[in-house]
Amino acid sequence: MSRAAILKLLGIGVVAGFFGALFGVGGGIVIVPLLVLVCAFDQRRAAATSLAAILFSSIAASITYAFHGDVKPGAAAAVGIPAVFGVLAGTALQQRIPVQKLSYAFALLLAAVGVRLLV
Amino acid sequence: MTSLILVAVIGVAGGTLAGLFGVGGGIVFVPTLTLVLGLTQLHAEASSLLAILPTAFVGTLRQRRYGNIDLRVAALVGVASIAGVQAGVVLAEALPEGVLQRLFGALLIVVAAQIAWRARRGSGTLQE
Repeated sequence: MSRAAILKLLGIGVVAGFFGALFGVGGGIVIVPLLVLVCAFDQRRAAATSLAAILFSSIAASITYAFHGDVKPGAAAAVGIPAVFGVLAGTALQQRIPVQKLSYAFALLLAAVGVRLLV
Repeated sequence: MTSLILVAVIGVAGGTLAGLFGVGGGIVFVPTLTLVLGLTQLHAEASSLLAILPTAFVGTLRQRRYGNIDLRVAALVGVASIAGVQAGVVLAEALPEGVLQRLFGALLIVVAAQIAWRARRGSGTLQE
């Protein structure tokens, strides 16, 4: 790997860690498009590699927030553990049903919640 | 107890949506924790990061089996992210609750646009 490539990846990591911690999300929102656009990854490899990378950022962010007393482990477990089964179901369903039209519906739902939080 | 069951149901539903549309659980967890469990935006974000770990871990193991993960890239991005995390936590702690919530609202709109854009190009794989 060239020095330039390494610097690019380190830069992507710093930006992803910043936004991931600021918003309480993994950082894939930043990592996936940047791996595709800057490092010429295909979408599937970018998404998979991002999952492994965000293990680092999420563990680091959880620990840092825990020092501030902001982590509620019970609440985290209540959504996080059931979600594992949901994700497995969702990825299996994705292979079987046409998700394209549903994607627009989900995008609309997220945008509606976003607008609600904004105003 | 009732709200815990409700949250568990939303957890499964949120996970399903995340898997189906290739977004991370966090984007669903944070509003669930604020709107259903009544956590503050800051506490919801902090707890969401812990809640992400089980799905990210399971997802990583599966993708590793499929050979989709570039481990060197993941390690470089992941280790560098720890520096960014420190700055992100400092800013989140410093921002007023209302500002943090509005910023998250804006993020949801950006993610919605990203999902619509990917749907148009016809791809959607799990990302956190």
